[in-house]
Amino acid sequence: MATLKELTHREDRLEGGHRLCAGCGASIAVRQVLLGAGEEPVVVGCATGCLEVSTTIYPYSSWKTPFIHNAFENSAATVSGVEAAFKGLKAAGKIPADKRIKFVAFGGDGGTYDIGLQSLSGAMERGHDMVYVCYDNGAYMNTGIQRSSATPKGAWATTAQIGSAQQGKQQRRKDLTQIMAAHGIPYVAQASISHWKDLTAKAEKAFAVEGPAFLNVFAPCPRGWRIPYNKTVEIAKLAVQTGFWPLYEVEDGVFRQTVKVHNKKPIEEFLKPQGRFKHLFKPENAELLAEIQGDVDRAYGALLGRCGAQ
Amino acid sequence: MATQKTVSATGNAVVADAMRQCKPDVMAAYPITPQTTIVEEFAGFVAKGRVHTEYVTVESEHSAMSACVGASAAGARVMTATSSQGLALMWEELHVASGMRLPIVMANANRALSAPINIHCDHGDAMGARDAGWVMLFAETAQEAYDNTIMATRIAENPAVLLPVMSCLDGFITTHSIDRVDVLDDESVAEFVGEYAPQNALLDIDQPVTHGAFAGLGGPFFEFKRAQRDAMERSREVISSVGAEYSELSGRPFGAVESWGMEDADVAIVVIGSTAGNVRHVARQLRAEGVKAGIVKVRVFRPFPYAELAAALSGVKAVAVLDRAESFGAEGGPLFLEVRSALYDAETRVPVAGYIYGLGGSDVRLELIERVYSDLSDIAAGTAQPGGFVYLGAR
Repeated sequence: MATLKELTHREDRLEGGHRLCAGCGASIAVRQVLLGAGEEPVVVGCATGCLEVSTTIYPYSSWKTPFIHNAFENSAATVSGVEAAFKGLKAAGKIPADKRIKFVAFGGDGGTYDIGLQSLSGAMERGHDMVYVCYDNGAYMNTGIQRSSATPKGAWATTAQIGSAQQGKQQRRKDLTQIMAAHGIPYVAQASISHWKDLTAKAEKAFAVEGPAFLNVFAPCPRGWRIPYNKTVEIAKLAVQTGFWPLYEVEDGVFRQTVKVHNKKPIEEFLKPQGRFKHLFKPENAELLAEIQGDVDRAYGALLGRCGAQ
Repeated sequence: MATQKTVSATGNAVVADAMRQCKPDVMAAYPITPQTTIVEEFAGFVAKGRVHTEYVTVESEHSAMSACVGASAAGARVMTATSSQGLALMWEELHVASGMRLPIVMANANRALSAPINIHCDHGDAMGARDAGWVMLFAETAQEAYDNTIMATRIAENPAVLLPVMSCLDGFITTHSIDRVDVLDDESVAEFVGEYAPQNALLDIDQPVTHGAFAGLGGPFFEFKRAQRDAMERSREVISSVGAEYSELSGRPFGAVESWGMEDADVAIVVIGSTAGNVRHVARQLRAEGVKAGIVKVRVFRPFPYAELAAALSGVKAVAVLDRAESFGAEGGPLFLEVRSALYDAETRVPVAGYIYGLGGSDVRLELIERVYSDLSDIAAGTAQPGGFVYLGAR
């Protein structure tokens, strides 16, 4: 596993000067994941979304490595095609048999949990040698903060508003990491941009396995979460410390919590600094807040059970 | 001329064989009736080690075309096949493939679109994709489906074109009927199609390129589209020269439009696909009775051969266009609209009658074709006018 010193000497494949917002969690996620690829050449695919539109404004590109964007729901299928071409061209003798290239597909939670779920599931099941990375910021941020199936219960979104009949999103979020673990692929992990060492180590493992790997990376969106741009990492850390976003990995079916949480904090500490949860702290929403705490505790407990400890 | 072997086989079997002979690096496909036997046949080649192709058995047609886009951008020769609902599901990706200028070759087994669900032939699927920027070839027979597949590879990959090509054959009628087909030897096909030399391949790690960039901020989107139009226009010449070269190799003629009896025809039917055979049969019979009947078959629909079509129809007194597809709310079916537009600049104004026929595999009986020629004779004689919308043979 690379040390911090080694990581600092690795070249950034996502160049600065792109037009993502200040404090954007997505670019931090991408840079940390790509550090995990080491010196190996990497082909990057990306779903339609903030990351893609802000880094490839023609005729400019922030990518110092081959990059392909196709559409919104098919980053996994597209990269599976690129990887298949690599194999096919090797079989044709047009690429040397010992040539090594890594393949990675990025998508936001909208492009992964929702519209891209089928494409992702298919690519993972087929066993392509690729890493799929979801940068989860919990809503359709590029189109203007609409709710996705990754949006937490109670969160405000432009399609899950606050009013007399409803207090933000009414449903619990989908647990995509568990769904991907159920695919039985060699490596699945949940990580956060706040824990760089844990994230880069997981990325290294994901790139190292033969076959498909999936990383779900917590990547706050200051604009959508209504937080200051300099609080991205802090909020992400609170998600881990409250048990909202536990850090774990599933290696060949074996669950392991990679960062232990001592003295799990109440969920309020994660919710309160975010404008999207402001309404939850009105007295009339106390019950909803308690319900959210219950959901987190239950999911966290179940995960620890799968990790076979605590 | 190349060595050829005469086989009796279905259209799908010879399309799969043509694909094998073209040696794709990647095939990404999803099964759908009546395309299925193409992908099954090809899976057999994979299992027997007869191809080097990486075969991606995707979970949907959307992913089929998505994977084709990724593989083609990567620098591979890429093929797929679909039909009907599958083509409709791909619709978004059809535009991405042509917009990214990727020379993917796809067979389409023409089948009606739902609803109501139906598995039989019409051209509604392909016609729904006619503005997606693909070169579109249509086959009358299994032989033409085989020949078109091989030519499609050369046309798509020509550096002056670099557009995807859809090679259509009529569902069940051509895909599943056993027909007599002359098949070229493997070496001749390999030599004819050559090696694909990709430009800006994604897998060229030393020269990293960005594919699929964002051209949306007052950017050059408009100019990209004009470049695509220019490529489609250039494909006319390429189709013509590839067709001529292929004719020499195979001994079979090829034209964007193919005419029969048009040297002195008074009345003519314009048609696409397998029905051309029925029409030719009826025209031949009518000729024996003294009716100067002709037929113009459209083999290339995109780019539409308007000049060739106008030339073929010059001198006729009445024209009928048979559309195996609807364009609800338009003045006629897609082919009718193209044909009438192609005739607009003709010196004399020829009456053009439009017929919708054979939707969802509705029977195309010979007496229906006879009725069309009979209508045309009346129109040519001035005793009748084109009759607006005619659903030929509808009960």
